[in-house]
Amino acid sequence: MLRNKNKLMLGIPYYVWSVIFIVIPLFMVFYYGLTDKTGAFTFENVSAIATYEHSKALWLAVKLSIISTIICFFLAYPLAMILAKYAKGKSSVLVMLFILPMWMNFLLRTMAWQTLLENNGVINTMLSFIGLPRMTMINTPGAIVFGMVYNFLPFMVLPLYNSLEKIDPNMINAARDLGANAFITFFKVTLPLSVPGIISGITMVFVPALTTFVISTLLGGSKILLIGNVIEQEFSQTNNWHLGSGLSIVLMIFIIISMVIQSIADKDGEGSVL
Amino acid sequence: MANELIYLKNISKSFDGQMVLDDLTLYIKENEFLTLLGPSGCGKTTTLRIIGGFTEPDQGVVLFEGKDITHMPPNKRQLNTVFQKYALFTHMNIEENIAFGLKIKGKTKQYIDDKIKYALKLVNLDGYEKRMPDSLSGGQQQRIAIARAIVNEPKVLLLDEPLGALDLKLRQDMQYELIRLKNELGITFIYVTHDQEEALTMSDTIVVMNQGYIQQIGTPEKIYNEPENAFVADFIGDSNIIDAVMIQDELVEIFGAKFACVDTGFGNNKPVDVVIRPEDVELVDKEKGILQGTVTHLIFKGVHYEMEVTTPNGYEWLVHSTECFPVGTEVGIYVKPFNIQIMNKPESEDEEAVHVEE
Repeated sequence: MLRNKNKLMLGIPYYVWSVIFIVIPLFMVFYYGLTDKTGAFTFENVSAIATYEHSKALWLAVKLSIISTIICFFLAYPLAMILAKYAKGKSSVLVMLFILPMWMNFLLRTMAWQTLLENNGVINTMLSFIGLPRMTMINTPGAIVFGMVYNFLPFMVLPLYNSLEKIDPNMINAARDLGANAFITFFKVTLPLSVPGIISGITMVFVPALTTFVISTLLGGSKILLIGNVIEQEFSQTNNWHLGSGLSIVLMIFIIISMVIQSIADKDGEGSVL
Repeated sequence: MANELIYLKNISKSFDGQMVLDDLTLYIKENEFLTLLGPSGCGKTTTLRIIGGFTEPDQGVVLFEGKDITHMPPNKRQLNTVFQKYALFTHMNIEENIAFGLKIKGKTKQYIDDKIKYALKLVNLDGYEKRMPDSLSGGQQQRIAIARAIVNEPKVLLLDEPLGALDLKLRQDMQYELIRLKNELGITFIYVTHDQEEALTMSDTIVVMNQGYIQQIGTPEKIYNEPENAFVADFIGDSNIIDAVMIQDELVEIFGAKFACVDTGFGNNKPVDVVIRPEDVELVDKEKGILQGTVTHLIFKGVHYEMEVTTPNGYEWLVHSTECFPVGTEVGIYVKPFNIQIMNKPESEDEEAVHVEE
């Protein structure tokens, strides 16, 4: 009895934490999202996603996140394979090189790219210096995708590395032994066995990319609005918390769907890095 | 030799400057159960990996049926491997695992299905087609790994400590299973183990290795009864390895007492190593023994008693006997001439590998 009571007591700080920082905020989002200014129940804030500028922002966010996720995947997979194959034992140093940038503030890193990509920025100055025409890079969807890939690549590399590193090298040897060449071995053995890492990596890149507003603000200017920017503006500029919350609920549904897909595909939690 | 299937010629291999195999030469005959036996780090697994194609030697040539396969990738070799810890494809069911090699070779579905049936029957696991590897016990997984290898009809099956992860009882059962399989398939088995009992039970030929050198090649009986050096004697079963002097042909002096033996040709008054198996040491009445000693330890082992008999010079003789002599009994030690195995002492630096801790 006493033991159970003690255990319960130990949990109290976490319950309090969860209530204050998870349950109450969630409740408030749902409250604001499902009421109008008079406090009456309404579905309008949620269905507002159907209006042209909102659905356009959502669609653009989905499109850019998917593109970024795909680019991340194709960049990260070979990298993770190299890490898993050659870095056994000394991997800590190599893996660290890829995690290191993550320790620096995300905002700082993105702002640095702003300086680099600007019309009178470092890259364009260098281009004109060697006699090449200047390019418009900043404030384009391309710049946003670039920012997403740059910031979220480690989140793809790590789960992939994790699941590739767990594959028994003898399983690869066994495939070769049974007559498979390197190509067949990859598609029949390595790739299927890394699926948990792939799913986990995709989720970990797609979800933050979908909801970001910092990258699109800094690298996309104010012209390109993603759903994250729209929601942010409803809260900070228009002061319409009801609409902002309503749109957040829509976004949350998207995220929950992708999380459910992930947990179904990765039952054993093999791909998770956290 | 007409029936030699694999010929390893002057193979050397080092990892990070550490010599693992040093100028190793070995013939493997067709339809032979050959075991590479030795302590960990002796180079036995590296030898197997070189035959399988997973490691390339720094020097030397691997011939398979007379053809040079030294640099041939594993998928082109006519041999299959059963890996330590099985290495079954965890994302495929048993049927898909076994069919893996056959599908790559483009066999018909009918052929593959028949082969799967045949292989599962052979390893006594019929009806397991749709199971996943995770749901099988260690012994069952091992048998599937064997089935997966043999459906490809290899000329040689390489086995890398396949029973290492199994418990004792299962290991013994699997030993008989492997002997049966070998006889039914009529192919060459190359088996790697550090377990001397496993090697003695199953092999036609045992290759004892230590520190990258082959110490002795021979039949289990020969290796056990006539070890060529102290390392082999010590590694294969318990034994008493004693410094002695060969007085003349058929007479050896052990701790000042003269024992008759059957070995000749060692020269006169030459220092030698003598190996006497514990079951060959006979305990008799004190005055009838060639040497005298006192029983200092006694353990009941089931089949026999294990005793230690200390002679006045302090040497502890290991003795196995069905007769029991309580601790403190003064006994005589007698050994029949043909049970005394004389070995040359290691002479050169090269034979340092032969060194045994005593």
